[in-house]
Amino acid sequence: MTSHGHSNGFKVVGTRPIRPDGVEKVTGRAAFGADFSLPGMLVGKVKRSPHAHARIRTINVAPALALPGVKAVITAADLPEIPSEESFVGEGPINFRDLSRNCLARDKVLYEGHAVAAVAATSSAIADEALERIEITYEPLPHVIDVEAAMAPGAPLLHDDLFTQGVEPAPTRPSNIAKRLQFVLGDIAAGLRAAEAVVERRYTTQPVHQAYIEPHACVAAVAADGQCQIWCSSQGQFMVRAYCAKLLGMGIANIRVTPAEIGGGFGGKTLVYLEPLAVALAKKSGRPVKMVMTREEVFRATGPTSGAVVEVKLGATRDGKITAAQAVLKYQAGAFPGSPVQPGCMAAFSMYDLPNVHITGYDVVCNRPKVAAYRAPGAPIASFGVESCLDELARTLGMDPLALREKNAAREGTRTAYGPVFNEIGYIDTVTAAKKHAHYSAPLGPHQGRGVASGFWFNVGGESSAEVHVNEDGSAVVVSGNPDIGGSRASLAMMAAEVLGIPVERVRPIVGDTSSIGYSFLTGGSRVTFATGMAVVQAAEEVVAELKRRAAMILDVSPDAVAWKDGAAVPTESYLGKFDPLSLATLALKAGRTGGPISAKASINAQGAGPGFATHICDVEVDPETGKVHVVRYTAVQDVGRAIHPSYVEGQIQGGVAQGIGWALNEEYIYDGCGRLENPGFLDYRVPVASDLPMIDAVIVEVPNPRHPFGARGVGEVPIVPPMAALANAIFDAVGVRLADLPMSPPKVLAALTAARN
Amino acid sequence: MPRVILGGEVGRRYAGGATEIAVEADTLRHLLLELDRRFPGLGRQIEEGMAVAIDGTIYQDTYVVPLRPESEVCLIPRIAGG
Repeated sequence: MTSHGHSNGFKVVGTRPIRPDGVEKVTGRAAFGADFSLPGMLVGKVKRSPHAHARIRTINVAPALALPGVKAVITAADLPEIPSEESFVGEGPINFRDLSRNCLARDKVLYEGHAVAAVAATSSAIADEALERIEITYEPLPHVIDVEAAMAPGAPLLHDDLFTQGVEPAPTRPSNIAKRLQFVLGDIAAGLRAAEAVVERRYTTQPVHQAYIEPHACVAAVAADGQCQIWCSSQGQFMVRAYCAKLLGMGIANIRVTPAEIGGGFGGKTLVYLEPLAVALAKKSGRPVKMVMTREEVFRATGPTSGAVVEVKLGATRDGKITAAQAVLKYQAGAFPGSPVQPGCMAAFSMYDLPNVHITGYDVVCNRPKVAAYRAPGAPIASFGVESCLDELARTLGMDPLALREKNAAREGTRTAYGPVFNEIGYIDTVTAAKKHAHYSAPLGPHQGRGVASGFWFNVGGESSAEVHVNEDGSAVVVSGNPDIGGSRASLAMMAAEVLGIPVERVRPIVGDTSSIGYSFLTGGSRVTFATGMAVVQAAEEVVAELKRRAAMILDVSPDAVAWKDGAAVPTESYLGKFDPLSLATLALKAGRTGGPISAKASINAQGAGPGFATHICDVEVDPETGKVHVVRYTAVQDVGRAIHPSYVEGQIQGGVAQGIGWALNEEYIYDGCGRLENPGFLDYRVPVASDLPMIDAVIVEVPNPRHPFGARGVGEVPIVPPMAALANAIFDAVGVRLADLPMSPPKVLAALTAARN
Repeated sequence: MPRVILGGEVGRRYAGGATEIAVEADTLRHLLLELDRRFPGLGRQIEEGMAVAIDGTIYQDTYVVPLRPESEVCLIPRIAGG
C-alpha cells in the first residue's frame, strides 16, 4: 500500500463534506433495527427474573402455549448446552457457555432482569399475557451487588465452579473473584523509598450504561430449508452471525445478517441478547419474529460497564519526578467473569514514563447484568483514580498539574508497565497544546475551579474487507463490512475519493451484509477508519492501477507512460504532451470495451494501530447551596494521527466528553435491598442533556501514525478517559474538597461541602 | 536473535520463571512455533489469548510479521475496545 504522505497536501482528506448518511438520519428515514418488518411476523418478548439471585426449580410454559395467538415458547432447554471455554473472538474474552446462559438462564438466575424464557405471539398484547402465564418457581438465594462485598469471605457465591485464576497455589474453594492480574515494572518498594512525597487514596466508580438511544432490536426469519436471515442493529453483523451460529449450533453459511442503521453502541452492541432468541423462536414457530427491548429491559439486562474500587499510591521527588506508581483495581464483571480490568490495568499509567510500577487487578462477579464493552473499556475507571491522585500529588508538591504531567510524560521509547516501548506517540504534544491554549490561563469566576486530566487508549486494527466499484459514469461505490457508528462511511468514502482523485460526492459508501462482503471484525476499538480504511485505500489503489492499464490500452501506449492525477490518466513526465488526459468518466464509459467492469476488493488484517492520547481542561462552577456542579468550559486536546474528516473527529471527541461528564456527575445504578434496580429509565438514570453541557472545544493534534496510508489513529475512545478526573480536579480547585466517589451528584457534593465546613 | 519478553505470569506458567529469552526466528510464525517447541502450550496460549508487540508495534492474530535479529517481542494481553 502506498503512503500518501503526511503533509496535508490532500484534496479530500482533512475537509468537511456532508456525511453520506446525514439526510436519511435527520429526516427520520434511516431504517434502524426496529424499523424492519416481514409479512406474517410475530412479536417476540422475554420473561425476566424478578430475583437478583435464585435457583430455578421449575418452568411450566404450557399455560402460555395454550393461549390463542402464542406460536412458540422457548427456554434454555431449547438451546444447546455449551461447555465452558474461553475464546477471544469479539471485544474481549468470551465464554460461550456464559453468553448462552446470559441470553437464557439455565439452572440459576444471576441478576434481576436475567432472561428465563421467550415467547412469540401474533400481537404484543398476547405476547405480554403469555409471559404472565409462564409459571416459574424460584428458590431465592442471597445476593451481592457491590464489588468488595462480593470479594469478602463468606459472600454469596454466584458460581460453584469459579476458582480465582492468577493466584498461586491454585485455590481449592470457589470464589467470586474470577481473576487476579499483575503488571510490574521496576521495583515499587525502591521507588517508594526514593520518594520525597507520597499520596495515597481510594476512589470508587459506579457502573454506568452506554445509554445508546436505540434499544436492541432485531427481526429473524428461518426458511424451511434452515436458511436463516437476521436484520438487526449491532456493532458487527459478522459478530451476530458467529455468536448465533455458536449459541444455536448452526452453520455459519446458513445465517445471513443484514446490518440496520445503529442508534449508538459505544461497545454495548458488541454482544447478542435478542438475536439467538429470535432465531430460535422463528425456527420453532415457522414465522418471522421481531424482538425489540424496552428501555427498562436495556437497563436491567444489557451492558453496563463496571463499577470499581481504585486504590492509587504515587511517590515523587520534590521536583516532581514520579518514582513510584502503584494501583489496585477491583472491577465488577456482573453475573459472569470478564470485566475490563485487564485493559484498565494496562492503561492506568500509560501516559507516563515511570521507573517503578505495580498494578494489581481483580475481576469480580456480582449479581448485576454482565458488563459489556464501553468506550475504552476499563481505562476511564483507572484514569479517574490515577489522574485524581496525580492532581493531589501536584498540589502536595506545589506544582502546576500540567507541568507535572509534562515532566513525567511518556514519549517515543518509553517502556510501558505492560511490556512494550512506545513508538511515535503524541502525548507530550497534547500537554503542550493544552498549556498553550487560551483556556488554561483564562480567569475564573466565584465558586469556579479548573481541572486537567489526561487519558490513553491502545486503539486496534484487525480483519477488514472492502470493495471499490467504478460505476458506468465514473462515480464509485465503496462497500465495507462495518456498521457505521461514528461517521465511518464518510471517512471511508473520503479516503477512496482521495486515491481515485474524484470529489467525495461521487463516491457512495454502503455497509454490506454478511453474504455480500468479506469478513470484517466488528466496529469497535476505534478501528474502522484505521483498519477498514486501509482496506478501502488498498482496493482504491488497485482500481487506479487497473484504470491506468485501461488508459494505456485505449491510448495504445505503454502502461509506464500513464500516471494518475486528479481523477484522470495523464502522461508521466517523460511522455508529457504525448496524449491528452483521459478522465475516470471516459474510462468508465469504455470499461466494457477494455475488459469489463472495473472493481477491486481488499481483505486485510490491519496491524499497527497507533495509540491515542488526550489531555482535557475543564472549568466548573459549584453551587455551594445545592452542591450542583455546572461545567462552564471544556477543552479536549487529542492526538488523532490524521483527522480524515475533522468535523466527525471533533464529534467523537465531544461525544466522549459528554458521556464522561454524565459518568462523572450523575449516572449510577440504584438498587433496593433485594438487588432490584430502581432507576431503569432516563428520567431517573440521568445522562447529560444539551443544557447540562458547554460547547466542548475539541483541539486536534496530528502526530501521524506511519502505519496508516494517511496517518490516521483511532479517535472514538480516548475522549471518554479523562473527563471524570478532570471534573473532580476542577471541583477541588473550586471548593477545596476532594470528591473521590462517583458520581459527584449534588447530594454527594453538598454532603462533602457540609462536612468540610464542619 | 530476537529477544522475547515473557511477562511475569506467562514466564512463571510456561517458562520456569524466565522473563526474557532469545529465540532464533525470522518471522512471527517461526517464533511462535519455536516457543511452543521449547515451552509446550505457550504457542497456543499466545495464539488464543495474547497479542505481541514487536519493537513497540502491537500485532494480533497474525503470523505475517518479519522479525529482525535485534527485534524485541513483548507478549502482552490481547486488546479490544468499545
